[in-house]
Amino acid sequence: MSASAFVFPHRHLLGIEGLSRPDIEGLLNLAEEEVEISRQVEKKKSSLRGRTQINLFFEASTRTQSSFELAGKRLGADVMNMSVANSSVKKGETLIDTAMTLNAMRPDIIIVRHHAAGAVHLLARKVDCSVVNAGDGAHEHPTQALLDALTIRRNKGRIEGLVVAICGDIAHSRVARSNIICLQALGARVRLCGPPTLLPMGVERYGVEVFTDMRRALEGADIVMMLRLQRERMNGSYVPSVQEYFHYYGLDREKLAYAKADALVMHPGPMNRGVEIASDVADGAQSLIREQVEMGVAVRMAVLEALARRLPNE
Amino acid sequence: MTATEPRPLHLAQARLLDPVTGLESPGGVLVSGGRITDFSADLAAPGSVADAEILDCAGRLVLPGLVDLRAFIGEPGEEYRETLRSASEAAAAGGVTTVVAQPNTSPVIDDPAVVDFVLRRARDTGIVHIRVAAALTKGCRGQEMSEIGLLKEAGAVAVTDGDRPVTNAQVMRRSLTYARMFDMPVIHHVEDPNLVGEGVMNEGEFATRLGLPGIPRAAETIMLERDMRLVQLTGGRYHAAMITCRESLEVIRRAKHAGLPVTAGVSINHLTLNEMDIGGYRTFLKLRPPLRSEEDRLAMVEALAEGLVDIIVSDHNPQDVETKRLTFSECEPGAIGLETMLSAGLQLVEAGLISLQRLLEAMSAAPARLAGLETGRMARGAPADLIVLDRDYPWVVDAAELRSKCKNTPFDEARLSGKVFATLVAGRVVHRHS
Repeated sequence: MSASAFVFPHRHLLGIEGLSRPDIEGLLNLAEEEVEISRQVEKKKSSLRGRTQINLFFEASTRTQSSFELAGKRLGADVMNMSVANSSVKKGETLIDTAMTLNAMRPDIIIVRHHAAGAVHLLARKVDCSVVNAGDGAHEHPTQALLDALTIRRNKGRIEGLVVAICGDIAHSRVARSNIICLQALGARVRLCGPPTLLPMGVERYGVEVFTDMRRALEGADIVMMLRLQRERMNGSYVPSVQEYFHYYGLDREKLAYAKADALVMHPGPMNRGVEIASDVADGAQSLIREQVEMGVAVRMAVLEALARRLPNE
Repeated sequence: MTATEPRPLHLAQARLLDPVTGLESPGGVLVSGGRITDFSADLAAPGSVADAEILDCAGRLVLPGLVDLRAFIGEPGEEYRETLRSASEAAAAGGVTTVVAQPNTSPVIDDPAVVDFVLRRARDTGIVHIRVAAALTKGCRGQEMSEIGLLKEAGAVAVTDGDRPVTNAQVMRRSLTYARMFDMPVIHHVEDPNLVGEGVMNEGEFATRLGLPGIPRAAETIMLERDMRLVQLTGGRYHAAMITCRESLEVIRRAKHAGLPVTAGVSINHLTLNEMDIGGYRTFLKLRPPLRSEEDRLAMVEALAEGLVDIIVSDHNPQDVETKRLTFSECEPGAIGLETMLSAGLQLVEAGLISLQRLLEAMSAAPARLAGLETGRMARGAPADLIVLDRDYPWVVDAAELRSKCKNTPFDEARLSGKVFATLVAGRVVHRHS
């Protein structure tokens, strides 16, 4: 099916869970077109002209927010950024109250990031417009998984049958959860690797292979996907120290050598150089990290356009 | 309020049920002076007693009213959540004739004067019996023992820190030792707060899928194991407020086999719901301890049926919009339950998992015995705390129609069968289904 005829059958994008393989592939195909647009001098489409997009970020984010902002603008939407400082106000109250207030302004699409899992679902039930999850707690980050899939597909020509090792803090990672579901839906073999304290209970029930030895996890891998480890988890609460973490789970040349010779390295950013990834690997020839950022804009354009096609026109 | 009843009340055309004696037969009950004066098959016919007011039960069940040892009521201090009045109305509608209020109020019920206040206030405003479980430690802070003897003299039926665990083993040891002198049951919420950590639901696959931090079963079992050692050391009477998983059942089983003075409760929620009911982050299903797996639920029902678990509690915990209309991690745990406990429990009977008699015993006679109350049985001279139950009456729960001030029921829109048609407290009809 051509990307221009693609119909996305959902009103919101709250997670990868619940999407079918054709849903995902349709978004990726549409994103390929958006890549071409983004590489032109004239980077404008009009599919969202007249539409209002609100970026509602309850959690600080530079790259995701600017990526959504650019995506909306390239499609011709009016984009408003609302960064809600999550300090003094009681967070949940603000969430619903803010949702009601914003809803009254008649936006067409709201992009939401929130530190609590399920917050975006809650908000989606309170508003009349389309809602896109830009990350909710440790639950899902669907556009990250889509951009990762697009990046892999463009570089490997396929996703089916590839071995993808996701390494690091799985327990607290929404990126990991969305990627597991997305990559499995597209036929990849997913491996997870991390210290036992950062592997969530029951994760093997996803049908993945679980490792604590990174060298074994990387053996024969086509893709090595690193996750960010938050600073507050490095000092004895989950892992003893940065040094010990890097020793066992930091991606350096030596560990990367266990993967296939043409293995590619990914990271959702922002990176902690020297914690989960060595600088020479992050900047090396096998790294796709910068391309991921470019694909991020394209995938978000595709998501916005797909949702906009379903918006009422009167 | 002191008017003596001129005429006895005759519950005619009833089907009498008493889980203590196993009685189940057609008959009638005669009530006078707040007590059951007679009950028998001969009293079935409406005209069989001269000069009595007749309550025609039309073949419905008449049985002892329920006793709930665990309800959180907002009075004093948080009357917007629940008052003694609103809680008692919910209780009456649900067939609960005795409610034991938990001490986690503001101020905490840790002082004989507060016990006295609550009991007086309950007598003045409530329509069912309200008793008090006073604080085990001052302020429910788990640090210093409260005045257990004086609290008992003021009318408290048990001591507990309600929904707060006593983490300090020394405090628990001394409380058990000291409470023994007064034969006061020590009721404990068994959860290790460190293992609970930031957890908000049962640890496992579903928590992982929802991206929510989990609470391991061990948080409960470890605390329970500790308590069993302390009971062994002290000989104090101990009741685990609510247990929720298979592993805890093994701990209780061993303790009972060893002859320790130990009992355990389970909430109606943990008997009828499981972690999957949380679905898309439904905050009314956030409970403490959390809902467990279906296997755990079935194990709890089985243990209840065989008597290993002694009693059922409502764990009634009113939470309003401000504390529930938040994200799942941020909202308060708790669900209301007084009004739906019996109907929800009857589902288990319908499913063939437990006998009606055993279910009712665990909701009436057993908790009454545990708290040293004379209610909960069908006997001449016993308090006329009775309910008329239409066992098969189908109804759909509508949260808006529940009497509790807060509407946080996990059973909203549930199709239940079995409805209380009338509730008598000390011989007076305090609720009638219309």
